[in-house]
Amino acid sequence: MYKYDEIDQAIVNERVAQYRDQTRRYLAGELSDEEFRPLRLQNGLYIQRHAPMLRIAIPYGTLASYQLRKLAEITRRYDRGYGHFSTRQNLQLNWPRLEDTPDILAELATVQMHAIQTSGNCIRNITTDQFAGIAPDEIIDPRAVAEIMRQWSTFHPEFALLPRKFKIAVSGSQQDRALVQAHDIGLEFFYDADHKMAIKVWVGGGLGRTPILGTVINEQLEWQHVLTYCEAIIRVYNLHGRRDNSYKARIKILVKALGIDEFRRQVDAEWANLKDGPNTITEAELERVAHHFTRMPYDTLPAHDASFDAAIASNPAFAAWVKRCVHAHREPGYRAVTLSLKPYGVAPGDATTEQMQVVADLADRYSFNELRVSHEQNLILTDVRLSDLYALWETARAHGLATPNIGLLTDIICCPGGDFCSLANAKSIPIAEAIQRQFDNLDYLHDIGDLELNISGCMNACGHHHIGHIGILGVDKDGSEWYQVTIGGKQGSDASLGTVIGPAFSADEMPGVVQRLIDVYIAQRSDEERFIDTVRRIGVAPFKEYVYADKAGKKEAAHV
Amino acid sequence: MSNATPKQLIHGNQIVADQWTLVKLPVLGEEVVRKQAGKVVLFKLTGEPGASAEQIAATEIPASGKVIVPLSVWLARKAELQERLAKGELGVWLATHEVVEALAADQADLNVFPLIAVFVERFADGRIFSIGNLLRTRHAYKNELRAFGDVLRDQLFFLKRCGYDSYLIRADRSAEDALAGLQDFSEPYQGAVDLAEPVWRRRQRNGATA
Ligand code: HEM
Ligand code: SF4
Repeated sequence: MYKYDEIDQAIVNERVAQYRDQTRRYLAGELSDEEFRPLRLQNGLYIQRHAPMLRIAIPYGTLASYQLRKLAEITRRYDRGYGHFSTRQNLQLNWPRLEDTPDILAELATVQMHAIQTSGNCIRNITTDQFAGIAPDEIIDPRAVAEIMRQWSTFHPEFALLPRKFKIAVSGSQQDRALVQAHDIGLEFFYDADHKMAIKVWVGGGLGRTPILGTVINEQLEWQHVLTYCEAIIRVYNLHGRRDNSYKARIKILVKALGIDEFRRQVDAEWANLKDGPNTITEAELERVAHHFTRMPYDTLPAHDASFDAAIASNPAFAAWVKRCVHAHREPGYRAVTLSLKPYGVAPGDATTEQMQVVADLADRYSFNELRVSHEQNLILTDVRLSDLYALWETARAHGLATPNIGLLTDIICCPGGDFCSLANAKSIPIAEAIQRQFDNLDYLHDIGDLELNISGCMNACGHHHIGHIGILGVDKDGSEWYQVTIGGKQGSDASLGTVIGPAFSADEMPGVVQRLIDVYIAQRSDEERFIDTVRRIGVAPFKEYVYADKAGKKEAAHV
Repeated sequence: MSNATPKQLIHGNQIVADQWTLVKLPVLGEEVVRKQAGKVVLFKLTGEPGASAEQIAATEIPASGKVIVPLSVWLARKAELQERLAKGELGVWLATHEVVEALAADQADLNVFPLIAVFVERFADGRIFSIGNLLRTRHAYKNELRAFGDVLRDQLFFLKRCGYDSYLIRADRSAEDALAGLQDFSEPYQGAVDLAEPVWRRRQRNGATA
C-alpha cells in the first residue's frame, strides 16, 4: 500500500498544527461557530447529538495493521472503546471531546493517517472496490490512480469551498463494486482497443434527497488526463452550481438543470484550456505510485488444500462461513475473507477496540499486514491461504467477527440514525437489530440467499436505502417515527433505485413487513433466482398486496 | 479613512496601507428583499440582474485618487473613465456571481488595470477561487489581484494558491494574525496558480522502498 515520503508527512503534520491553532482560536472565542464550522468539517468533525463525531479517512479503504492498532488505541483512549466503519470506507468516532481532536489528529499523523476532507463541501475521501488488486474479475487495479487523485484533491485550493460535498469513486473490475454510478464523479477503468488504460467517466450520480444515477460524460478518457478533466468538471460546478439552497447544490442538480449535453459542452470548453497542462499525469509518476501497489509476495500454491477440504466436509459451521465470507482470489490457493461487523445485536459497522486489535493480529499473521474496509461496513483480509482459513475462522469466531451472513439479509447496511445523528427522522439501529432477531435462523437465512437490506434514518440516505434490494427509510409523521419501505434497488453495473411499496410502517411492524416480503419471494421465486431478480421479474405489486393485505383487512373491519 | 484605523490590507506578504478607494453601487429606493433568509441568492443560472441602469448612473466616483469601480460601472461608463485608466488610477471589482468573461470580453488585455478585486460576501463562497484562477491563467492577468469582503485568515492560503496577492482582511479581524495563514503549508501537492507544477514535477520523489 502507499507509504508516505517526507512530503506527504509534512502535509499531514502541517495540517495538525493548522487545525490545532484553529481549535485553539475557536475555544478562545476568536472564531465564531459559523467560521469554525467549515474548518472543523474539512477535518471530519461534526457536532452531533451526544458529542462531536470525528470521521477519520481511510483512503480507498486500505489500512495497514499498524494503522488499525493505532485506531484501536484511539478508540480506547479518546472514545468509548469502539468505532464505526462507515459506508464510505471511513472510521467514525462517536464520542471524542472537541478539545482532544487536535491530539487525535496528531496521533493519526504518526501512522500516516488523517481526517482531511472527510466532510465539508470539498472533494471527499475517494472510494473503490474492497477487492482491488486481487479480484478475479479485475481489469485494472485502480488504487494507484486513486492515490494520485487523493494527493491532487488534498487541499486543492480551487475546490476547497464547493457548493456542496463532492464524492469520487473509482473502479476497475467487470462487476462494479464501488457504486461509480452513485457518485458525483465515477471513474470506470478499462483497456481500450490499443490496450491502453482508459476511463469511462460518469457524472452527477448521488443518493440523498434526490437520488439519481450518474450519466456518462466521457466514454473514453485517456488516463493521463484524469486530473485535468476532473478539474474542468469541478470548475464548471464550482462556478455554476447552486449555492442558495443546500438541497439543490449537488452537481447532479446542475447536470440535470443544464442537461448532460450542455454540461459536457461547458466541461469540454474548460478542459480545452487545462488539457496537457502541468497536472497531466506522467508515466513516471504513475509508475512511482503504482510501485506501492505491486503484487504481494505470494507463494506458489496448489489450487486445492486437503485440510481445507476436510474441514469443509466435517464442520458445517465452518462450511457456512466459507460459503458467505470467503471470496475468490486471482492467485491459486489464496482467498479473500470478509470479517463481518454485522453480528446480531450490535450496530452494523461497529467494531470494539479489542476486535480491531484482533483483526490487526489476523492481518499480520495471515494477510501481509494489510486489510480493507468495505462500503458494506465490513473488514476484509485480502490475501489468506486456503490452509490458514480454518485457524483464522476460529480466532475470528471467538471475537464475534465470523457471523456467516455476508451478502445475506442480516448483513444490513445502516446509518447511525436517531441514536446518534441530529438530522435523523427516526432510529435505524434498533430496526436493524429487530430484523436480525427475526431472521436469526441461519439455515433459513442461507435459503433466502443474497439480499441487501439498507436502512437510513432520514432522506440524506447515509445508509444507501435507495439501492438496497429492500430499503428502509425513517420518516417523520406528526412527530413520531415511521418507516417507508422500497424494494428493487440495486448497486452494481446494473444499478437501479428502489420503488416505494406504500404507506409507512411503525417500528414494531418492521420485522413483520420484511418477513412478508420474504414470504412472497420464497413463494414466487424460480430456481436460482435472488430476491432482486424476483422483484425485477414480477414487479412490486404482489409484494405490496401481501404486505398490506392485513392492513386493508383491519381498515375494513374498522368500518363495519 | 482616518489614520487611527488599523491597517487591514495584506499585499506582497506584508501589511500595508490601502491606497485605493472602493466605489460601491448606491442603494436606490428599497433594497430588494432576497428570498433565502440571509443567504446569497445571486446565482448565475437564475439570472438575477447585477445592477440597474439607474444605480450605475448614480454611482459617484471620487474625482481624484485611485478608485476601484464595480464591473457594471466600468462596462457602462468606460468612456468617461479612460483618463483615469490612463493615469493608472482605475481598478475594477467584481462579485463572485459575476463572470470574468464579462470583463475580458470587452478588454482584451486585462493588464491595463493596475488592480482587479473580487468581492466575496460569505467566506464559504468558493467561486472566488475559480475566478482568481481564471484571471491569472486564462486571461494572463499579472497585476494586483485583491480579495475583499468576508476575507479571513483560514482561506488565505487557498486564495494565494489561486492567484491572489492582496487581501483586505475583514475589519473586525487582525491582519497581523491573518498573515500567518499564508504559510499554512510548505509544499502543496497539486499544481495551481502560484506553483503551476504538481509536487511530483517540482521535487524528486522516491518510489516505494518496501
Ligand atoms: C451521524 C452523523 C452524520 C451526519 C450528520 C450525516 C449527514 C449527512 C448529510 C446531511 C448527507 C446528505 C448530503 C447531501 O445529500 O448533500 C449525508 C450523506 C451521506 N452520508 Fe452521512 N451523515 C452522518 C453519518 C454518516 C455515516 C455514519 C455514514 C456511513 C455509514 C454516512 C454516509 C453517508 C453517505 C454515503 C452519504 C451520501 C449519500 C449520497 O450519495 O448522497 N453518513 N450525510
Ligand atoms: S441518513 Fe440521516 S439519520 Fe442517518 S446518519 Fe445520515 S443524516 Fe443521520
